[in-house]
Amino acid sequence: MKEEGKHKKAKKYGMVINLDECTGCGACMVACMAENNVPFKEDESNKLDSIAWMRVYKLTNGKSYPEADICYLPRPCMHCEGDHGHSPCVSVCPATATDYSHETGIVSQIYTRCFGCRYCMGACPYHARYFNWWDPVWPEGSTKYLSPNVSPRMRGVVEKCSFCFHRYQLAMDKAYFEGRTELEEDEYQTSCTQACPAGAITFGDLNNPEHKVHQLAKPDNKHGGRPGNPNVFRLLERLGTNPKVYYMSSREWVRRAGDNYLDNEDFAKNYRR
Amino acid sequence: MSTQDDKAKEVSADGVAGPIILFFILGLAASLVFGWIIFPKLLYSQKKQPIDFNHVLHVEAVEEGCESCHFFREDGSFSGIPKLEQCVDCHEDAQGEDPNEIKFVEEYVANGREVPWLVYARQPDCVFFSHAAHVKKAEMDCGTCHGHIGESEHSRVYEENRITGYSRDIWGKNISGLKKHTWERMKMDDCAECHATKEIGTDVETLPWPINWLPRPYEKQTGNQARVKTVKEACFVCHK
Repeated sequence: MKEEGKHKKAKKYGMVINLDECTGCGACMVACMAENNVPFKEDESNKLDSIAWMRVYKLTNGKSYPEADICYLPRPCMHCEGDHGHSPCVSVCPATATDYSHETGIVSQIYTRCFGCRYCMGACPYHARYFNWWDPVWPEGSTKYLSPNVSPRMRGVVEKCSFCFHRYQLAMDKAYFEGRTELEEDEYQTSCTQACPAGAITFGDLNNPEHKVHQLAKPDNKHGGRPGNPNVFRLLERLGTNPKVYYMSSREWVRRAGDNYLDNEDFAKNYRR
Repeated sequence: MSTQDDKAKEVSADGVAGPIILFFILGLAASLVFGWIIFPKLLYSQKKQPIDFNHVLHVEAVEEGCESCHFFREDGSFSGIPKLEQCVDCHEDAQGEDPNEIKFVEEYVANGREVPWLVYARQPDCVFFSHAAHVKKAEMDCGTCHGHIGESEHSRVYEENRITGYSRDIWGKNISGLKKHTWERMKMDDCAECHATKEIGTDVETLPWPINWLPRPYEKQTGNQARVKTVKEACFVCHK
């Protein structure tokens, strides 16, 4: 019973992205870069060099007109929990530069600890991690637009989405100031969530039944956070990484695109049991 | 011939041993003097604050102590060193004869210029610190980290490390790294003094102890129930 009480207090921040509503405008990517001091490159189309914590992918069903259909899929860091919090990146990091927080469920990235071995990039099945091959170069005057709440990264370190962890801390500061220790749902929202003009992204505490993310995804914590909503799926579900980013779509081909299923495979069986 | 050679060797060995030992003793003494006295003097530049600030005078005049000027904003962020805006509330014109106040009013208030205070407690950019968590939640005194700054009549000399550009307050006055009080140093180990030792649920006050790896001789139990002992996943709280 004591254990249960402890679990109730722990947060598990996560996201539900409604792919039927996403228009692929990329506002989330822009908002994320601005919020987190992500450096931009002279040639952003060079994907070996450019950095995007939040990246929008385009999926197609591969059919010709009139069945042709496309879907845009925004991909932040999945903040994998894995079994006992063993995220793929966390278990390979030799420097403890990335770790899973049991308090918030957020996978951290400590730039000052990272020495750039990039094991985590190899381990991450979602390509959510990026390496700084160069020091960031800010055009003159643009340093004034940098956020003071996020430290800019130097060359030789890995970076990734933090679910705007600094926003969580700022919200906690306000809560402490007002004599509270718990946050309201709308007090901590990520930058991409707020920037999405279509309202496709929902963010909140997956452990809190009152939060919208919990109601949408209906995560089953006893089975690795498996979504209870039949329209909700996760990327590479079968890897057992227990990602905290859920996707929602009414289209079956989109849900099927979430993992490498065989053509005749009943993919929905991964969500039953 | 051979005997003469041996004697010559012995003589020369005896004659050289003294100066060699002397050389090492002098060398050691010189290194110690250099390392403990000359090097710190060379390493730290001495800078004066733009205005000599009298904390005693101000604390007497205000009602809410430190928080009168170093206040929390409504969003929970901490204001730190006051901006001109707060000073002007009282100092639109000089209130007395003090040359520092007159200089402040004439040079800064009249021109609307912020005072370029030198911040003793400035940490590197990759370090984030929440005043709200410590002062509001944990109800700590300002003095635990900042010392008796409120009782100073003059601004101390700001000693800047010429290599790192940070204040000497971070490393501490004592070049050996020993300290008697919690506020004498502001390195990560000093944060860890509380955050590595205070157990979950029981708040144990560890009295200042200079050497981290030696077992602490005494610990004081306090009534406050707080969880401050951090595990490795907590790096992200201060470094992000």
